[in-house]
Amino acid sequence: MTAYIIRRLMYAIPIAFGVSIVCFALVYIAPGDPLQTILPEDASEETIMMVKKAYGFDKPIPVQYAIWLGKVLTGDFGISIATGRPVTDEIFKALGNTILLAAGAVLVAFTLAFSIGTIAGYRVGSFIDRAVTGIAVIGVSVPNYWLGIVLVIVFAVELNVLPATGMGPRGSDSFNIFEWSNFRHMIMPIVTLSLIPIGIIARTTRSAVAEVLNQDFVETLRAKGLMETEILLHVIKNSLPQVLAVMGLQFGYLMGGSILVETIFTWPGSGFLLNKAILTRDLPVLQGTILVLAIIFVATNLVIDLLQTAVDPRLKRS
Amino acid sequence: MKTLKRLAAAVSVTAGLAMAGQAANAESVLRVAMTAGDIPIVIGQPDQGFEGYRFVGYNLYDTLTLWDLSQGETAADIKPGLATSWKIDPNDNKRWLITLREGVKWHDGCDFVPEDVVWNFERISKEDAPQFNVKQFGMIRNRTGNIDKVEVLGDHDIAIVTKTPDALFPYQLSYWYMISKCRLTELNNDYEAYANAPSGTGPYKFDKIVPQERLELVKNEGYWDKGRVPKHDRLVLIPMPEATTRAAALLSGEVDFIEAPSPDTIPRLESAGMQIVTRAYPHNWSYQLNFVDGNFKHKEVRQAANYALNRPEVKALLNGYMVEGYTNVPPSTPYHGTPSVKYEYNPEKATELLKSVDCYPCKITLAISTSGSGQMQPLPMNELVKSQLDAAGFETELKVMDWNALLDVGRPGREKNPDIDGINISRALQDPFSALIRHVYTKQHAPKGSNWGHYSNPEVDALIDEIYLAFDPAVRLEKLTKLHELMVEEATLLWVAHDVNPRALAPNVKGFVQAQSWFQDLTPIVVE
Repeated sequence: MTAYIIRRLMYAIPIAFGVSIVCFALVYIAPGDPLQTILPEDASEETIMMVKKAYGFDKPIPVQYAIWLGKVLTGDFGISIATGRPVTDEIFKALGNTILLAAGAVLVAFTLAFSIGTIAGYRVGSFIDRAVTGIAVIGVSVPNYWLGIVLVIVFAVELNVLPATGMGPRGSDSFNIFEWSNFRHMIMPIVTLSLIPIGIIARTTRSAVAEVLNQDFVETLRAKGLMETEILLHVIKNSLPQVLAVMGLQFGYLMGGSILVETIFTWPGSGFLLNKAILTRDLPVLQGTILVLAIIFVATNLVIDLLQTAVDPRLKRS
Repeated sequence: MKTLKRLAAAVSVTAGLAMAGQAANAESVLRVAMTAGDIPIVIGQPDQGFEGYRFVGYNLYDTLTLWDLSQGETAADIKPGLATSWKIDPNDNKRWLITLREGVKWHDGCDFVPEDVVWNFERISKEDAPQFNVKQFGMIRNRTGNIDKVEVLGDHDIAIVTKTPDALFPYQLSYWYMISKCRLTELNNDYEAYANAPSGTGPYKFDKIVPQERLELVKNEGYWDKGRVPKHDRLVLIPMPEATTRAAALLSGEVDFIEAPSPDTIPRLESAGMQIVTRAYPHNWSYQLNFVDGNFKHKEVRQAANYALNRPEVKALLNGYMVEGYTNVPPSTPYHGTPSVKYEYNPEKATELLKSVDCYPCKITLAISTSGSGQMQPLPMNELVKSQLDAAGFETELKVMDWNALLDVGRPGREKNPDIDGINISRALQDPFSALIRHVYTKQHAPKGSNWGHYSNPEVDALIDEIYLAFDPAVRLEKLTKLHELMVEEATLLWVAHDVNPRALAPNVKGFVQAQSWFQDLTPIVVE
């Protein structure tokens, strides 16, 4: 197992390197000058050149990449053009805020989706199955930004029972999840974020459980006289690798934060940060955030691979 | 019985005093939702466009000349700020003699002295000065680039020498914020540290910042202009780029004041008792034209485009939240004048003009954005403009791009994009230079300046040269008026709308007067 883990970790290195090249190059392919938004519209060419030089944007792109990568390897993502603050601070603070939402959404979505998906898979064709399929279709079809706006209208504007924006009355610096006045700010974003994973995971779980149930070994278990709950446990174990793969992807997406959901709820997470960086062409923030999120994605997939292998050792051999 | 009565009286007096004390201690807070995606930087010249100037710049800091934002009937003009008076040296038309205000203190307690102005000038101009900041240099260079030197003349007097005579120079001073030499020096010129403890002379002092989320300022009791000491204790500025979110935050009581609600949410806000304030201000939604490469080089084509537009229809599209733009500046501007032509909707005349220069159908390409700062509702507005132009004989192609991509087309000028005939970048017209000169002066040809389409007219250039030499305000006003009238007659832009910048305020917010300006004074606001 150790050798397998080391081998998988080694595979992750070139992936991370490739990701760094892609995320560095992508932001240059997009039109727009990084200094555009910080300089006045009638800044002269001479002024622009001087500021470009100061930020190192006058150097050839491969040189800029080498300098950037060298710094990144030491944990320095540079300084935000827009705010002048270290990018590392900006990313990890935002990431911390996103993790709060992602963890909540993971808890809600994975538990709920896995439970209802299993029941539906076990009772294919029943009323429960149809209901779960309906929920799943709604989950994958309803745009989460639309749901977010609807929730805001209903619960913040009309009923005035939940806050519409931000991370508590004094901001994220004094956010305490154990205080109701703060926690209530998380409810609507978490519900909004959970919708898609609920739909996808419930569907996957349902089909995985239904598929395993049709396999011969289930009949053998029944013939051996096992109780239905014991059979179900075997079925769940056999359907887990497939479900885990989907959960891993969803976890990765949630960790990346949702640009739309975080913008709607003014939640200062990585999605909100990314949105701001895109709009202002804040290249250091953009590159740093994309790289960190991509590495989290790679790491999540690695962990899921390892978990799948632990659940089903046959996968290691393949 | 007597004892009981005394006890009751004592209890009620104590309760009354406690309540009075509580009321006296209750902090009044004004919470503002800005359209900005982040908190504007606080180290002097703010970013986030003029919203940064409006909410951070003029609240934390002062400029030598300030804007008079106390009324909304006419366009705002400059007034004394940290400078109490200014005049041109009678013997040298490049030397401004400026008297500074006495008794002004920085938020850190230091006195404001003439040396501070020299130090602030070096901060944005002298590369080897320890306080020099290249980003701040870039952000204000377009306003201070004409300054040659700043001299201290006495305890309260300075002279600013410009490179060329510039009668409009006092306007440029209104954008240049003075920051505390004491504070930055104390922090070893570290701007990152200064951003957590900025010090100005403005009506609010810095209290705290939560990056990305909120900036909290508190009332400066010792502000030099006693009439502008804030009437609330705390100002909380929250970046909230999504219009629907801003409206929801106001409706749910999380903020008291929102910028730019979208027109379709205004009826809902009104029905909830919110106050909608709106007024024309120097903000043009128009197209700058290419005067060299395409069909707009013909004055007839430019005029035809202006006649082809049915502006009341555009106004209806925006639920009435605009002023029809027939001229470059709104009619309430002192130098609006009475142009000899008025581009009221006349498609027949437009067609006739196009035929007169043999441009029928007349192909034009307009570069537009999907969104962007001050762009109002760019997609539906541009679609409507296109349909109106085409109905009069144009064949319009809209080149739709991202906001930053459009800025990339706008900054270098027409030479880099000769296939584009017009760019839809809305413009601030805050002062005469921004409103008029930069669009038509030959010396302002892009990429050096903002004359994107390279308009050139010896008569206009001569008039602008005269304006720069007109130190008598009456003479200057006359020449500015003439310049504006000429621009309208020449159809130097395709004018569509003047924005009216709606804002929505909670019912308990009183005392706000919306000035005809990009900048607004929040200090008179009382939060009941």
